[in-house]
Amino acid sequence: MHKLSLAELAKGLRDKSYSSVELTEHYLDRIKRLDGNYNSFITVTEERALEQARAADQALAAGNTSPLCGVPIAHKDIFCTAGVKTTCGSRMLDNFVPPYDATVVENLGRAGCVTLGKTNMDEFAMGSSNETSYFGLVKNPWDTNCVPGGSSGGSAAAVAAQLAPVATATDTGGSIRQPAALCGLTGLKPTYGRISRWGMIAFASSLDQAGTLARSAEDTALMLGAMASFDPKDSTSVDKDVPDYTAALPDKIAGLKIGIPKEYFGEGLNAGTEQRVKEAIAELEKLGATLVDISLPHTHLAVPTYYVIAPAECSANLSRFDGVRYGHRCDDPQDLLDMYCRSRGEGFGNEVKRRILVGTYALSAGYYDAYYRKAQQIRRLIKQDFMEAFKQVDVIAGPTAPSVAFPFGAKKDPVAMYMEDIYTIATNLAGLPGLSLPCGLVDDKPVGLQLIGGYFEEARLLNVAHQFQLATDHHRHTPANID
Amino acid sequence: MERSQLEKLALLARLNVDDSVFEEVSQGISQVLGLVEQLQAVDTTGVEPMAHPLDALQRLRPDEVTEGNCRDAYQAIAPQTENGLYLVPKVIE
Repeated sequence: MHKLSLAELAKGLRDKSYSSVELTEHYLDRIKRLDGNYNSFITVTEERALEQARAADQALAAGNTSPLCGVPIAHKDIFCTAGVKTTCGSRMLDNFVPPYDATVVENLGRAGCVTLGKTNMDEFAMGSSNETSYFGLVKNPWDTNCVPGGSSGGSAAAVAAQLAPVATATDTGGSIRQPAALCGLTGLKPTYGRISRWGMIAFASSLDQAGTLARSAEDTALMLGAMASFDPKDSTSVDKDVPDYTAALPDKIAGLKIGIPKEYFGEGLNAGTEQRVKEAIAELEKLGATLVDISLPHTHLAVPTYYVIAPAECSANLSRFDGVRYGHRCDDPQDLLDMYCRSRGEGFGNEVKRRILVGTYALSAGYYDAYYRKAQQIRRLIKQDFMEAFKQVDVIAGPTAPSVAFPFGAKKDPVAMYMEDIYTIATNLAGLPGLSLPCGLVDDKPVGLQLIGGYFEEARLLNVAHQFQLATDHHRHTPANID
Repeated sequence: MERSQLEKLALLARLNVDDSVFEEVSQGISQVLGLVEQLQAVDTTGVEPMAHPLDALQRLRPDEVTEGNCRDAYQAIAPQTENGLYLVPKVIE
């Protein structure tokens, strides 16, 4: 059953080939037997999952037609789940059991999804390798000596190892797309505001967006339709109809104009990765798309701009973790200041500390204009690059990550790690949707092709990805040792 | 970054940085500040700062009670409470 796609599983459930309880037990058994190899889950919610599965079976018997009813999924441990520990990969929230569900959790629950558990992640979503989690690193199912990418590394490893058919994830600078690339999955970061951020623990609020890690564009379309909604509880949620994202999947892409940004094929891109990406683009051309050379001239400024804006917003967002109302509190505080400083010092790991301090610096008196304001201005220039490009083209294509999965400990220098997101970060700064899909292997490890669309053009990205996946079988490749 | 400067930042952020990781954190910050330094060379005269990708404004909502009183649920996960109040170390002598 774990070899089947979400769409196939949903059909099997409706045809009564198996019940949701059987399907859920099957996945829970796989997690129990196999996750010791990957560490992709922080919490497995067995009892609750079986309870939800029984309810889904009843709903299916009563004629429920939701395409996701009874399908098991996993949630990144950044989404609050009422009554289930939500850690965000941090010691700070090791004891945090939220009193409410995130809107994403609520929406998928309403669609009938069964939650298998909560997946591992870089601490507070800060990282590109899943090495900063308080709950231990996550191993890439394609090569357990290598990272799965991050920050949604647990979600990616769980889906790649077929411990869940699909998982939720979040993307602030590439945290869905880069792990999708490194684990051979289809990962979508929708337009900023498409999916509610309510109950999704905040890192950088003007960049954070929820999405999915799945095994195909079709599965992704099913999930996005259920996750997206207007949410009055998220002031940045966009009040816009949610289309049927599966409707446009069959459309042919003949005549589609695809922009190839020269800046995405320069220095720093691994030669093997470049070759796979170019082959994939040639395949899209074969399907009838027209390729157009474009330029996004401020690309080289995306990473530095992000490393002002994201830490600044993180330093403000993470100030809520003070040991007063929930989360970690140090033992025997001497006074209030000591309680704040030690609770936070003990609760946060080094990468989170570094970003809080960089953000505090960038926002401190005398530096605000030189750093934060300047970065916000360059952010607009980066957005304008895309707006210019989209006057000529429908979609932009390039690599997702500069190379395939790398070994643990290979990127000790923070700036070297930050360069993992060199092709994904600009999309977050502009707020545009981006999708990564598998396009072949280098050294037996997957490579990701990235597609970037205009605002709210998720259906088009999914259409292009689906047409590619009808014509090729890269997305069907699985790690060699998966039974 | 000098030690005294980092200590001041850490105090502003209410964040203890242990001696054992001080060097590592400090070095990382210097590297990140080195990375972002290149922004200074960009001419941004007349460019409006961008705070929101869609340039949207904060949406207002009616001033109505929607959630009701959730105090017990919220305090169930608090480190220390008493009579419905959150407890912290003594602030006023």
